[in-house]
Amino acid sequence: MKVTICIGSSCHIKGSRSVVEQLQELVAENNLGDKVELSGTFCLGKCQQGVCVTVDEKFFSVSPETVKQFFETEVMAKI
Amino acid sequence: MRKFDTKVQYLKYKVLREVAKQAWNDTLLENLINIPKIIVSGKTPTMRCCVYKERAILGEMVKLAIGGNKENPNIIEVIDIACDECPAAGYEITDSCRGCLAHRCEEVCPRGAITYDHNHVGHINKEKCVECGKCASVCPYSAIVNRKRPCQNACKIKAIYINDEYSASIDNDKCIECGACVYQCPFGAIMDKSYIIDVIDMLKKSDGGNNFKVYAVVAPSISSQFSYAKLGQVISGMKKLGFHTVVEAALGADMVADAESRELAEKGFLTSSCCPAFVKYIKSAFPEMTEHISHNLSPMASIARYIKKIDENSKVVFIGPCTAKKSEVQLDTVKPYVDTAMTFEELQALFDSKDIDITTLEEDVLNNASYYGRIFARSGGLSEAVEQGLKENGIEDFTLEACICDGIEECRMALMKAKRNVLKANFIEGMACNGGCIGGAGCLTHGEKNKVQVDKYGREAIEKNISDAISILK
Repeated sequence: MKVTICIGSSCHIKGSRSVVEQLQELVAENNLGDKVELSGTFCLGKCQQGVCVTVDEKFFSVSPETVKQFFETEVMAKI
Repeated sequence: MRKFDTKVQYLKYKVLREVAKQAWNDTLLENLINIPKIIVSGKTPTMRCCVYKERAILGEMVKLAIGGNKENPNIIEVIDIACDECPAAGYEITDSCRGCLAHRCEEVCPRGAITYDHNHVGHINKEKCVECGKCASVCPYSAIVNRKRPCQNACKIKAIYINDEYSASIDNDKCIECGACVYQCPFGAIMDKSYIIDVIDMLKKSDGGNNFKVYAVVAPSISSQFSYAKLGQVISGMKKLGFHTVVEAALGADMVADAESRELAEKGFLTSSCCPAFVKYIKSAFPEMTEHISHNLSPMASIARYIKKIDENSKVVFIGPCTAKKSEVQLDTVKPYVDTAMTFEELQALFDSKDIDITTLEEDVLNNASYYGRIFARSGGLSEAVEQGLKENGIEDFTLEACICDGIEECRMALMKAKRNVLKANFIEGMACNGGCIGGAGCLTHGEKNKVQVDKYGREAIEKNISDAISILK
């Protein structure tokens, strides 16, 4: 599974660094390093909905506050 | 609001804008030879002796605007027919000489080159004069002047000479492509090659990102440019031109600061590698110092490498204040990451070629890098960032002693000392342009406030530390 987080300016301002860090921790805590590939991108073209995240091309709007829930429902549950 | 410092820049801009306009419309080929007449219409000359000479010069400028002479590897070219063959007589005594009794000039001249006529007025014997300038500095009437060509005066590394036909020529073996002569020639007879038509071609073929994405990597000195609009509006303008997004080269600078601090502590002595003109200068004038050049890619190339890693079909265009960057992107080590480079002058021409008035646009955002990455744009910023990098990397057994070289003359002094092992420093921060990148030849405007603006932009960064800014890249 490939999870891509936008680190472009607009998402950065909305907290993409925190989203990235939390996802890195969650992946490590759950020993998913070999199943989930985290990567960055500059701009997914939906700046209004940032922080923009895609899971195997499917788009999600995530924030530092909702990232845990997102991880559980969209990553953990689908592996 | 003024957009440029000089009329020479404005003329170059008009050429670039017209070439760009034709390129967007796919009419460049058919209208190429008409461009000079589009710019100088009518019969009344406004700059030169006649409109025909004006157009002939514009024709040469058009050639440079579409990439210049392919056989000349130098980014900087002289337009011989535009060179006014300025006087270059060196030190001369002018009419202001009052024929005084003191003769300080004679006393101070180490070569006995000064004689006096029957009116007691001084004359300099050119065969004896060594151009030391001591006579000029002691004359109480400021009667002695140094007639030096502005291009030669601008070129502190003496890469410009006068050829057999009295026009300026560039010694490609010495030239570091900093563009100082381009900015200083009052007749606009020296110009940097432009690759804007390649940029336009890329943007057109990208089709708004449908085929591939074109990323703009913008230098932090942009904070001191386009002062008639807001930075966020400049970013919107770039996206309107068709760039997928705009990424800060300063984020690459954060990567460099982190890596450079570690490399420095390991090796004990380094010269910086951010400024391509400085790197070229070391290689050509101080080849024995080459081994000490930092092995890091420049900030531009570092961030571009990251972009190409996450989006391998992408194109990357660097936009900055620098003419030497256009040469750096052609290096084998950089070529795979950056497709081409352009200046702020050229960006202004692109905006206007599409009639984009950035002052009417909404403000977009630009915020990836830390304070430290952003202050690379001005002299001293790199050293400050390396100091911070050492701290953040927990390197405590190494103390940075930076020699901050503001401009190529200071670089030369430092390199000469380092070569003889008498430099009291373990890091040379070399910036070829005075003031650092904000003094670059490709800037629209140069001013006292530029440094303040860069520092202000630095403080506006969300990320306060280098490691925070680059943590997302890992």
